[in-house]
Amino acid sequence: MELRGITKRFPGVVANEDVDLLIRPGEVHALLGENGAGKTTLMNVLYGLYHPDEGQILVSGKPVVFQSPSDAIAAGIGMVHQHFMLVPVFTVTDNVMLGVEPTGFLGFLERRKARARLVELSQRFGLTVNPDAEVEDLPVGVQQRVEILKALYRHASLLILDEPTAVLTPQETEELFGVIRSLTDAGTSIIFISHKLKEVMAIADRITVLRRGRVVGTVAPADTSEQQLATMMVGREVMLVVDKDPAETGDVVLSVEDLVVRDERGHNAVDGLSMEVRTGEILAVAGVQGNGQTELVEAVTGIRPVVSGTIQVEGQELANASPRDYLDAGVAHVPEDRQKYGLVLGFPIELNMVLNTFEKEPFSHGIVIDYDAIRENANALIRQFDVRTSSPQAPASTLSGGNQQKVIIAREFSHGSKLLVAAQPTRGLDVGSMEYIHAQIVKKRDEGAAVLLVSTELDEIMALGDRIAVMYQGKIIGVLDRSEATREGIGLLMAGRTREAAEVQGV
Amino acid sequence: MTAPAVAVQRISAPIPWRRYAIGVLYLALAIFVFIVCGLHTLPRTDTTITFNGNNYGALPGLMVPTGVFNTLLAVVLAFIGGAQLANLGRAAWLLGLALFIFVVAFMVWAARGNTLDVVNVAESSLLSSVPIAIGALSGVVCERAGVINIAIEGQMLTAAFISTLMGGLTGNVLVALASGILAGALLGWLLALLSLKYAVDQIIAGFVIDVFATGFTSYLQVSVLEVHPEVNASGQIPNVGLGGLSNVPVAGPLVFGNNAYVYAMVVLVFSIHIALYYTRWGLRARSVGEHPIAAATVGINPIRIRYFNVILGGALAGLAGTFFTLGATGRFDSTMTSGQGFIALVAVILGGWNPIGAFLAALLFGFAVSLQTILGIFNVNIDPNILSMIPYLVTILAVAGIVGRTRPPAADGQPYVQE
Repeated sequence: MELRGITKRFPGVVANEDVDLLIRPGEVHALLGENGAGKTTLMNVLYGLYHPDEGQILVSGKPVVFQSPSDAIAAGIGMVHQHFMLVPVFTVTDNVMLGVEPTGFLGFLERRKARARLVELSQRFGLTVNPDAEVEDLPVGVQQRVEILKALYRHASLLILDEPTAVLTPQETEELFGVIRSLTDAGTSIIFISHKLKEVMAIADRITVLRRGRVVGTVAPADTSEQQLATMMVGREVMLVVDKDPAETGDVVLSVEDLVVRDERGHNAVDGLSMEVRTGEILAVAGVQGNGQTELVEAVTGIRPVVSGTIQVEGQELANASPRDYLDAGVAHVPEDRQKYGLVLGFPIELNMVLNTFEKEPFSHGIVIDYDAIRENANALIRQFDVRTSSPQAPASTLSGGNQQKVIIAREFSHGSKLLVAAQPTRGLDVGSMEYIHAQIVKKRDEGAAVLLVSTELDEIMALGDRIAVMYQGKIIGVLDRSEATREGIGLLMAGRTREAAEVQGV
Repeated sequence: MTAPAVAVQRISAPIPWRRYAIGVLYLALAIFVFIVCGLHTLPRTDTTITFNGNNYGALPGLMVPTGVFNTLLAVVLAFIGGAQLANLGRAAWLLGLALFIFVVAFMVWAARGNTLDVVNVAESSLLSSVPIAIGALSGVVCERAGVINIAIEGQMLTAAFISTLMGGLTGNVLVALASGILAGALLGWLLALLSLKYAVDQIIAGFVIDVFATGFTSYLQVSVLEVHPEVNASGQIPNVGLGGLSNVPVAGPLVFGNNAYVYAMVVLVFSIHIALYYTRWGLRARSVGEHPIAAATVGINPIRIRYFNVILGGALAGLAGTFFTLGATGRFDSTMTSGQGFIALVAVILGGWNPIGAFLAALLFGFAVSLQTILGIFNVNIDPNILSMIPYLVTILAVAGIVGRTRPPAADGQPYVQE
């Protein structure tokens, strides 16, 4: 399989420019690059979802044209998308056979036939899964196996894994690596897309680094280092570790006790959770996505109703108070979904910067809004937080992800808050923006604020947390001091294996 | 964790208001049944209950004292209310039971001093449910693929008109039937074109078709059918009489001697159910309604499937529309579908987007529609305008969530834009 001189342009951007990529049989080829470097675009070209403007695709030396995913599938290419392409209410078997269903008379489905082949495949490659389970009831790690089986069912000889570890615990990642090895042993090639340096070093035979749509180079893990890869990705020297002093903790700011919060489906997503955060410390909440972190953050910022339990900020009871009450109590919130909860995308940047203070002096006098004061404030913040924009009147939607996040950080950090709640503050951001936002969070801590950081990225947790709390099925099942925490121990806690974690941590 | 500094105010679990409200509603129904249907007729009135349909006198009737019977039913209803309040038993079962008892009590009261023929009631409910059930099948077929067909009403009305016109011109019911189905399919295609190709909001596109159909048919009714009344005669599809079998007691008239549309409805309900869940078309259509992007990644063309289903849905709605003319009156009246296309949409929701569920819901609405006629026979002293509101009141109660929320296809009503 080979890509030659692929160029793909979108209005206003060149997503891929003259990209060459050669995949050998049975190899794990990692595609490394920041968000927006063009990895996913390149793979969508290879999978027939996009048509390249220039260049060609060769399979076994012969040029081919993929009009649609069907053509790519027929050529033996399988793709596991970052957001799984599974129908949640279908069974595993239905999902796997969808599009290539064995049928009999009048198009009646032969489910038994499909199921038998699925069971055979799952045994051959060690991908254990219940073929009759409904996909929505399965944990993400298993859903990913279904995706891989889906590709194998279509006789894929090249499997594209798009950010496959983003939703997995470290242990599930290890299991995935085992599956990848058994697939390559059987001759299947893998394209492993990631921006995580450690994983790429661990699993890849060769690594191709993309930056701004171009190939920077292809290297073997043995000939390179994480630092060198990071430099290739970003184009300059990057700090891989966050520079911070030990925490100087003070009084309790946030105290949560026996908190119960329901999700949309009525389940107790947060189920009897207790914790506290003190001034001058960062409490980092780790956990696999979907263990109640979202609901916890929404409850302690007043967005989601609390079923029972208490939430106190500096001794003031705020459970089921309004978001406005939380703001007035000095709680700043960097939300998980910045485009949905963090910004009004169609509003200009300057208004987004006063969304939580616009009705107060100096931005309003009585019922009259003072646009001059708002613009002055925006200009100052744009300078201070280095927001890259043409004008403070430009709509927030015109900014890049990193700059949108800077607008939110500027707004939330500019009023003297006592508690900062930051959920996935660097999700989807490039290494450069990540570096900046991490430094801002540490600065906020050093100014004496209490910080509650929720992240599913273990690297971020380890880099920022002064104490690390692990959330599992709606509870905090372990709190570790940064000095004693190990990646392995946290990984085990994230999977709910407290006993093994205790052995590893020696506590 | 250290104890918080100030007194802790605990928040208790939320009160299940819905459960209480419905329980109180049952109790209110019990009191209503006792006072109006029981006490009111206590002195000495009897209701005769028969199971004969058109075979008059085949089976002897059952004579019950109206007041005593309904007082007993009121007691049972009160028990159900108690069970609901105390959270005993599944809410859905209690609801079904309570509704059933209320309806029985009401019917027995309405037929006091008279004869209530159960088979007749069932037959007329079945017949009234035909357009709603077939219309609901149209909704299921479209929504399972992710397109909300709010144009069912307009498709039915247009089909009713076209079938009358064609029937009147050719004198052939089969031509009338085919042209009605075709008219529905054409409007289905129009909805697909607007919502799939030009990405108009599905609800707005559908509603535009409804409004257009109302104006279009009313205008032509006045300008063509009233000028040439001889054309306003669609003809009627003859009843299917399965010979002597229709003389079998109870089951005979109900199963073997019916309007052809009743058979078509039953066959369609089951064949669409089987097609949706056991064939490739069904699996692919449902995948497009749940997660069109996932379907696209495995080589399915969501747009093509949506086109097919929306046109098929239009054809079904067209068939439902021809019932009003070819299966019932034999002539066209303006706005004769009277909102039953919208009731069909409610049946889709109540039935959980499932053909058989939608059919059962349609039976309930069919009963509500036929109640008008039934009560008319008994000379019940209720204003006919109030009676004609019954199906819509039932609809409001149904959508207000007495039954609880069901889960629509995940991509229902959402446009799919090809990259």
